Amino acid sequence: MPEKHLLLRHRDIPDIHELEVYRKHGGFEAFRKAVTQMTPDEVTEEVKKSGLRGRGGAGFPTGLKWSFMDKKNWPHYVVANADESEPGTFKDREIMERNPFQFLEGVAIAAYAVQANRAYIYLRGEFWQIAAWLDRKIAEMEAAGLLGDNLFGTDYSLRIYTHLGAGAYICGEETALLESLEGKRGQPRVRPPFPPSYGLYGKPTVVNNVETLTNVPLIIERGADWYRTMGTEKSPGPKVFSLSGHVNRPGNYELPLGTTFRELIFEHGGGIPGGRAIKAILPAGASSAILPATDEVLDTPMDYESVPKVGSFLGSASVIVVDETVDMAWLVRKTVHFFKHESCGKCTPCREGTYWMDKLMEKMVEGRGTPEDLDILYDVAKQIQGKCLCALGDFATMAVVSGIERFKQDFELHIRMPALAHEG
Amino acid sequence: MNAFYERHKEEIERILAKYPPEHKRSAMLPLLYLAQRDEGYITREAMAQIAEILDVSVTEVDGVVGFYTLLHDKPGGKYRIQVCTDLPCALRGAEQFLHQLEEALGIKAGETTPDGLITLEEVMCIAACDKAPVFQVQTGEGLTYYENMDLEKTLALIAEWRKKHTKTPEGNSS
Repeated sequence: MPEKHLLLRHRDIPDIHELEVYRKHGGFEAFRKAVTQMTPDEVTEEVKKSGLRGRGGAGFPTGLKWSFMDKKNWPHYVVANADESEPGTFKDREIMERNPFQFLEGVAIAAYAVQANRAYIYLRGEFWQIAAWLDRKIAEMEAAGLLGDNLFGTDYSLRIYTHLGAGAYICGEETALLESLEGKRGQPRVRPPFPPSYGLYGKPTVVNNVETLTNVPLIIERGADWYRTMGTEKSPGPKVFSLSGHVNRPGNYELPLGTTFRELIFEHGGGIPGGRAIKAILPAGASSAILPATDEVLDTPMDYESVPKVGSFLGSASVIVVDETVDMAWLVRKTVHFFKHESCGKCTPCREGTYWMDKLMEKMVEGRGTPEDLDILYDVAKQIQGKCLCALGDFATMAVVSGIERFKQDFELHIRMPALAHEG
Repeated sequence: MNAFYERHKEEIERILAKYPPEHKRSAMLPLLYLAQRDEGYITREAMAQIAEILDVSVTEVDGVVGFYTLLHDKPGGKYRIQVCTDLPCALRGAEQFLHQLEEALGIKAGETTPDGLITLEEVMCIAACDKAPVFQVQTGEGLTYYENMDLEKTLALIAEWRKKHTKTPEGNSS
């Protein structure tokens, strides 16, 4: 059978969640190869050469991150970020539910590369069932001698543990995640220092997203050159795009980075229901600058370099599609309300700014807005930008600023014709 | 140690073993989940006992409970139906679904049915955007996802719960 999926391999190979089946298809050979035939630095170097970039949203080069680990300070930790919380993102969940061993093997290889003997998987609290599922898979690995002491006859030891969060979007931010894992409120730390020098318990820590780690066994098994045959030069490899909103076939689609929005939405997603026209795209979930669905945008390759050129970011590639019936002021209100709820409250511009943006948007959508409110809203958003410890504050302003700049008529309509007030 | 520890000794020790002994505070969330399983919410007594186990102040435990939305310091319904109405779900009718459910149950989001069975809650994204309308049901035992839902399916689910928790003439209840 032609190999259609590299990350969502369960779609081609039934029962790959069974250890036996995974191993029959070469599973854990990459981990064995790394531990028995490669030095930790060689593993890191291979991942660096592959050009793999973090799939959690920031797109930071993974191998480079690993190479920043402070080798004078021990122990080292690896933490898998399974806090998947961006509205519109549901890819890590499918990977962990259906192809768990490839992800766990990625965790194990990352741990070997930075010589960590303990790795934690931090899952959002809602993934309660997935955590129990992964615990079972980890136990199977231990029983098979793939985790524990003296792995493959070497002196390398590794244990992997799951850890459940308890409902907080902010814990997807890596330093907030570490605080939460330490049993504290999930509030971001001041950076620098970054986790590779000061991470979990103040020790050097690599924090990588689930999908990122799931790429790693393939890179070690088949090599960086093979990996680079997919995607674009600066954004190599496959990517899982979560497609949601007004499309006929929402879901996860694994495609090479650099696939156009048009191909994802119309070929794979089956286009817009009811033959309606597409109005806008949020390429990175609720954190997106909203793109009007022009031909230029639709023909833009979805990779880390091209999306910024048309005025947004790829982020975690959670593509939310919006059709012509949607009032963009209502949509912006939804995103602002989300961020107001999820602001951790540590930085004043974000805590107060999201509150006021939510108030102003509520007023506008309920038909009580004035032309001045629009100016104040824009101003508040601009005042938040670049003034907070983490990206949440900036994320909260993306839809507001791009909404007002690119879809102003939708906001003005509410001011001119309050009777159009949105229900609910 | 204390009653909470004694009651869950084995499980608590298993949890603590996941973290370096000098960083046992990491067991905070797992222990709070354990407390929530006991009573359906986290009591003041449980907070104090967890603080004692982890060598931190009660205030710190309380601060953690207040921060996370899946931890509750007040009693609610036996089943917390948590409907996601975030943008991707809203584009697929989640807000209308919540309204229908509110009407059918006779309560607003945030309220509990008079029989104490159900608390209806509106929550932020739960990573099931392609399967909206979607909700998760939180009980002391954990969380279960219900995807591609509609009012009819939801009411059937609730009817099952009611049956399970209604006293029969023989006096059986659960």
